[in-house]
Amino acid sequence: MRKSRLLYVPFWATYVFLYTPIVVLVVMSFNAGDSPYVYEGFSLEWYGTLAKNAAIREGLVNTLIVAVGSTVLATVLGTLLAVGLARHTRSRALDALGMLPAVLPDLVLGIGLLVFYATIKSTLGLHSVLLAHTVFGMAFVTAVVRTRLTHADTSLEEASRDLGATPFTTFVRITLPQLAPGILAGALLAFTLSIDEFVIAFFTAAPTTPTLPIVIYSMVRFGVTPEINALATLLLLVSFTAVIVTQRMTRLTESLS
Amino acid sequence: MTRSTGSGASVRSRARRSRALGRLVFLGPGLTYLIVLLLIPLALLISFTVFRRGRFGGIVYELTAENFTRLFDPLYLGVVIGSLRLAAIATLIALLVGYPTAYLIAQLPQKWKTIALVAIVLPFWTNFLVRIYAWIILLSGPGLVNSTLMDLGLIDKPLELLYNQGTIVTGLVYSYLPLMVLPLYAAIEKLDPQLREASANLGAGPVRTFASVTLPLTLPGVLTGCLFVFVPSFGNFIIPELLGGGRSIMVGNLIRDQFLKSRDWPFGSTLALALIAVLIVLLLAQAWSARRA
Repeated sequence: MRKSRLLYVPFWATYVFLYTPIVVLVVMSFNAGDSPYVYEGFSLEWYGTLAKNAAIREGLVNTLIVAVGSTVLATVLGTLLAVGLARHTRSRALDALGMLPAVLPDLVLGIGLLVFYATIKSTLGLHSVLLAHTVFGMAFVTAVVRTRLTHADTSLEEASRDLGATPFTTFVRITLPQLAPGILAGALLAFTLSIDEFVIAFFTAAPTTPTLPIVIYSMVRFGVTPEINALATLLLLVSFTAVIVTQRMTRLTESLS
Repeated sequence: MTRSTGSGASVRSRARRSRALGRLVFLGPGLTYLIVLLLIPLALLISFTVFRRGRFGGIVYELTAENFTRLFDPLYLGVVIGSLRLAAIATLIALLVGYPTAYLIAQLPQKWKTIALVAIVLPFWTNFLVRIYAWIILLSGPGLVNSTLMDLGLIDKPLELLYNQGTIVTGLVYSYLPLMVLPLYAAIEKLDPQLREASANLGAGPVRTFASVTLPLTLPGVLTGCLFVFVPSFGNFIIPELLGGGRSIMVGNLIRDQFLKSRDWPFGSTLALALIAVLIVLLLAQAWSARRA
């Protein structure tokens, strides 16, 4: 196969483009000076300031509550829905409905839920964000579990039914264990997406219950401080670790099966 | 066992009942949730488009077409067209950068392939706002780009790199480039290398081979990638706000403002409906061309 040397220019340009901002961000978080732009020597000062920032701590706690709650809800609802769509109906319209939250622009879902909460005169707070995040989390759990179901061997389920097991027993003892890796992957996806989600939370949170992305957004809007660099670096570290661990885990499960 | 004792009719009715129960248990909760928190909110938005706004926000239930006529007001139409333009430019740049990158990744040895792909996806899994913030640091007056250019003696004073349309496009490309590379890679990877060899053996040069073999066969991937970049770019309001400095606003900002600032829900809903309409047209076009390919 012919490989043109010229192709390497856009190839490396892509990686330089993707990683330069990240590297600059991380380096500046260890800056001794007050400026987030000009490097003046190594210091951990901004990490100390960050640890004392109450708004960020509060945002982090809110984000975790929303992420854990919506992931649990989305995983239960999404798994049931995936099984229902794969085994109990042939409706393509219902299939499309299950996927809709994943393809709908987040802005539209956000304002839709905002007017919905206002119309039913519901208060806003962590509960409203949690319920909103469940909508799209559920779509991703459904998608992942559904893919696994179409590849799953149905003969075990049939055997279980033929041997007289109730649908409930078949589901708990046969279907669920087969689906476990898919459910876990879907739950992880829902959790990660919820932690990072900004737009829908922006429209459905109360001013008193900001999630971490909302706290970051208002910090960035009011000006740039090295404290945000420190926070960003920590968030990068968490995401990078999560991606690499997931990557390793999937390779592990692939080699096991 | 129960099965053998029952009569044929009762077995069938029991089977029907258990199927209905299965549907209720598995489909019931999820569909109810989607109806209440997805379909009803969307129906509310759509119904608002034909009503008048209240004087202090909210809705007055009097039918009107003024929201739709306002949509064609040059002021708002200009914003919609401007957003289409910026999203299209970002998509085109992402394609021009992403295609050769995906092409090269597909030729790498297996081990490097995985690493190269993970390195493409990695930034995408980091917080969206953090990635936008990184560009503010990089492009600001005293930032790295300006200070490097000054050190090289190319410029005397810092350039105004932030807060213009080019900055918005940069932010959009940066945020969604991984969504372009992945489908392109999947399409190029599937390509049979023998086809390209055959083309070369028959005397076609690299350009001809690319134009008449590689590109047409990877077109579904190209369209998917373009859609993946265009859709989130078109409705974006964070990137224009943080990197565009509020001077050049996109349709996403307009919609946000209708709901949070001017409290004009009917017009905001109409704009949102227009946004969805554009996206549906694009999805249909993509599905149609994928079926033809």
